[in-house]
Amino acid sequence: MAINLSTGAPVIRERRLSSILSYNGTASDLNEKSKNSELKCSGRRYGQCSDCQEGCAQSMASYVRGGAVVSHAPIGCFAAGDSVRDNAGRAVSAARNKGDFSNTAICTNIQEKDTVYGGMEKLRKALREAYKRQNPSVIFITTSCASGIIGDDVESVADEMEEELGVPIVPIACEGFKSKVWSTGFDATFHGILKKIVREPKERKKDVVNIFNFEGTDTFTPLLAKLGLKTNYVVPLATYEELASLSEATCSAQICETLATYISHGLEEKFGVPEVKAPAPYGINWTDEWLREIARLTEKTDVVESVIESEHARIADELKELKERFEGKSVYILAGDAYTYNLSNLVKDLGLKIAGVTALHHDQKADSGEVNILEKLVESAGDIQNFNVCNKQPYEVVKIIKKINPDYLIVRHQGLTVLGYKLGIPTIFEGDANYSIGYDGVIRLGNRLWEAYLTRKFNENVAAHSEFPYTDWWMNEVDDPFYFEKGGKKA
Amino acid sequence: MSSIIEKPRFSCALAAQQTVLAIPGAAPIIHAGPGCASKASGFAGVQAGQQGEGYAGRTHVSCTNAGEKEVVFGGEKNLEELVSGALQVVKADLFVILSGCTAGIIGDDSAGVAGRFARNGDPVVGVDTAGFRGNNYFGHEVVVKAIIDQYVGKVEPSVEKGLVNLWASVPFQDAYWRGDLENLKGVLEKLGLKVNVLFGPSSEGVSEWKTIPNAQFNLLVGPWVGLSIVKHLEKKYGTPYFHYQTLPVGAQETSKFLREVGKFAGFDSEVVENVIKKEEKRFYDYFISFTDFVAEQRNILPYQLYVVGDSLYTSGITSYLTNELGFLPQGVYIIDDPSPEREEKIKAAFEESTENVGEIIRFEADGGLITRSIQEKIGASKKAIIFGSYWEKNISKETNNYFVNLSLPIATEIITSSSYAGYEGGLHLIEKIYSLAFNRGNLSSRTHVE
Repeated sequence: MAINLSTGAPVIRERRLSSILSYNGTASDLNEKSKNSELKCSGRRYGQCSDCQEGCAQSMASYVRGGAVVSHAPIGCFAAGDSVRDNAGRAVSAARNKGDFSNTAICTNIQEKDTVYGGMEKLRKALREAYKRQNPSVIFITTSCASGIIGDDVESVADEMEEELGVPIVPIACEGFKSKVWSTGFDATFHGILKKIVREPKERKKDVVNIFNFEGTDTFTPLLAKLGLKTNYVVPLATYEELASLSEATCSAQICETLATYISHGLEEKFGVPEVKAPAPYGINWTDEWLREIARLTEKTDVVESVIESEHARIADELKELKERFEGKSVYILAGDAYTYNLSNLVKDLGLKIAGVTALHHDQKADSGEVNILEKLVESAGDIQNFNVCNKQPYEVVKIIKKINPDYLIVRHQGLTVLGYKLGIPTIFEGDANYSIGYDGVIRLGNRLWEAYLTRKFNENVAAHSEFPYTDWWMNEVDDPFYFEKGGKKA
Repeated sequence: MSSIIEKPRFSCALAAQQTVLAIPGAAPIIHAGPGCASKASGFAGVQAGQQGEGYAGRTHVSCTNAGEKEVVFGGEKNLEELVSGALQVVKADLFVILSGCTAGIIGDDSAGVAGRFARNGDPVVGVDTAGFRGNNYFGHEVVVKAIIDQYVGKVEPSVEKGLVNLWASVPFQDAYWRGDLENLKGVLEKLGLKVNVLFGPSSEGVSEWKTIPNAQFNLLVGPWVGLSIVKHLEKKYGTPYFHYQTLPVGAQETSKFLREVGKFAGFDSEVVENVIKKEEKRFYDYFISFTDFVAEQRNILPYQLYVVGDSLYTSGITSYLTNELGFLPQGVYIIDDPSPEREEKIKAAFEESTENVGEIIRFEADGGLITRSIQEKIGASKKAIIFGSYWEKNISKETNNYFVNLSLPIATEIITSSSYAGYEGGLHLIEKIYSLAFNRGNLSSRTHVE
């Protein structure tokens, strides 16, 4: 699918990737239906709070080292994440030995009178302040529901102020109400980066691989070093210059298709940097496959097989021990779209049975469309029952998990892990996605699950003293967790 | 009021969903874009000393997740559908609809929708909390008034002597709200009052709210937030109010507080003095017992005081540290954005407790400017203590000075029942402040460490 950079914003995922927020069935059925985008993004008669794309847009823009962000929004949009990102930026910068970091951002603090007279003058003021206070190499402007509805022309302010300040200004259109799929916000920032920052390559760096990720620890460097390759982590902690030269890498890979489908494809289409056409390196067979594909793209096929062989041998004993511990046990996975595939593929190596999966949304297509990772998962791990899609909705999730009653739960999204504790299930939060990649990632995840099991008294105690805020009717009398869904959701 | 903000310290009006969640038995229903509710609990929840979802917060909050369709065609129908669902699914005694920016700009009437349910006997209240209308201090007031008007309602008060409604901190935005309310309730009960705290684990919840009109008086602790609430209650139910401007922290302030409240409540001064005498004896027993430590470590302990927080907390902390612990205030930064006409009154109240503090008070919501001001003032000092937020913690680390959490965002402390209020709060602060000395490596009075 062609990426169109002439627009101010990417086409939202509901339209571009036929994303859906609700489904209940099996992995193979979802895969078949997705091939022709048969499923519709229907709503609910009752629902709980989702997240918005502004958060995802910020999560990429805020960590550009030396850059600044101006959030053109009321203070509530901005306050929630600003110090969190400052803290996370410092943490990852320390973990990767990259020195000091501070999140440099300013909010226009849109007030009532701005909604009447417009907020563009205030935006100009904030851009001048950001420039003066922070001397940034680039300024991103993120938008909000309020700035969008009142119709502030952020793009023209960006152009005009770029000229005045002499620093690149990148507008990111990420109004929360525009898309029901929060991951659209990643695309929004990537759109801005592709459109205004990445330049034509001056050279091709044959040993450099772009790795699109979040604020994870440095686990890709040792893995890729085995092939003699260098890791270029993006976007968090990259400088403006490093973003501009994304086009010079030999290929691009990602921790999760949900995160970087847009920019990986964009780099391939616009700048000739091939996207690694393999699932992300979670689980042993996918790590093998990923390494082979990267080796193919970087002319390292001569060494890759011996690397794979020795890595398998290195973890064999530990893996065997973990498998014995988890024999006959089941796990439930709750995570963002493609990351559920990563985790599902990984846990099979630990001998765990996948009791069910909740994906927080599902893209029926990917931007490149060349690799179908859900199909790969069905091939690799077999069909998965109780495969469903819902955008958080703990009232549904709690009902589903309670009924299935898995031995373990893995969660990747803030705010949901506690549900497992309240259900008394040994539960781990998959916060650092990098930590679970590769061969060591399988061992690490197994050890983390085992620790959760050993310390389960805490969970049991929480479960004994907490109550979910739902009526007896909902918890006990309604059979279908998807009772409130609109439209044809079922097979 | 309307200036740009770097390093934010409060959220928007919609974050008053946390005020609703602070009432046992009440649940918010958000009519806003898909991220608003989650962001509100992210700031005034997670970053309020890791106060989690509790019973019905964070991901459990009902929400219309308003999209383009609602913005173009209006969202009241969706909201009605959501409220109907919430009444079926969510176990709560009171539902409060809070609408956000999208609804506010296009003009959806959440109070109107709530009214349609209320007329059928469902406990539903609606209020416009669009983020651009104000911050969450403002939001707290409008939400409380909406609950009073639409839920407590028009009733004939049956006044109970000795019953008092306590209005103090803003739940969650003041991270120590739970412990503070419990401590204030504790000392007031010692006077013989019966206290409706209205929020938190010590409140009876929604049923307690129904008794608001029966109070002998409303007690407002704080310079301005809540003033419109107690005035409203005076008008609505004829309940008088007593306005006390400073958060009582430590013995001097708490004793003063008890004297003034006792007088207003009409208690015999002897009764009040007896309570104070007993409480002060206990307080100073503890207080004196750590003096040996200070006596021998004086030269490494901090004495320059910087306080960053809202007008309620900064006043109490500044008074206690200055008047009882001997600190020298260097900078007081008030972040809750009071109206310009309130500022002078707040300064006057500060001056009443702490001499000559007026000139170092700065009203500033832009945290970037606060950081720069403190960095300038602190210079090369290693004897400063900063009471503030995550942002000031960074300054203390960079300059190797002391730090205590006071105001949001607070992401690096677990807060359960701990409190800064009352006699007990003063003792808690002593532990907190002076234990910091041990974080600088092995502490020995025989080795002077800079």
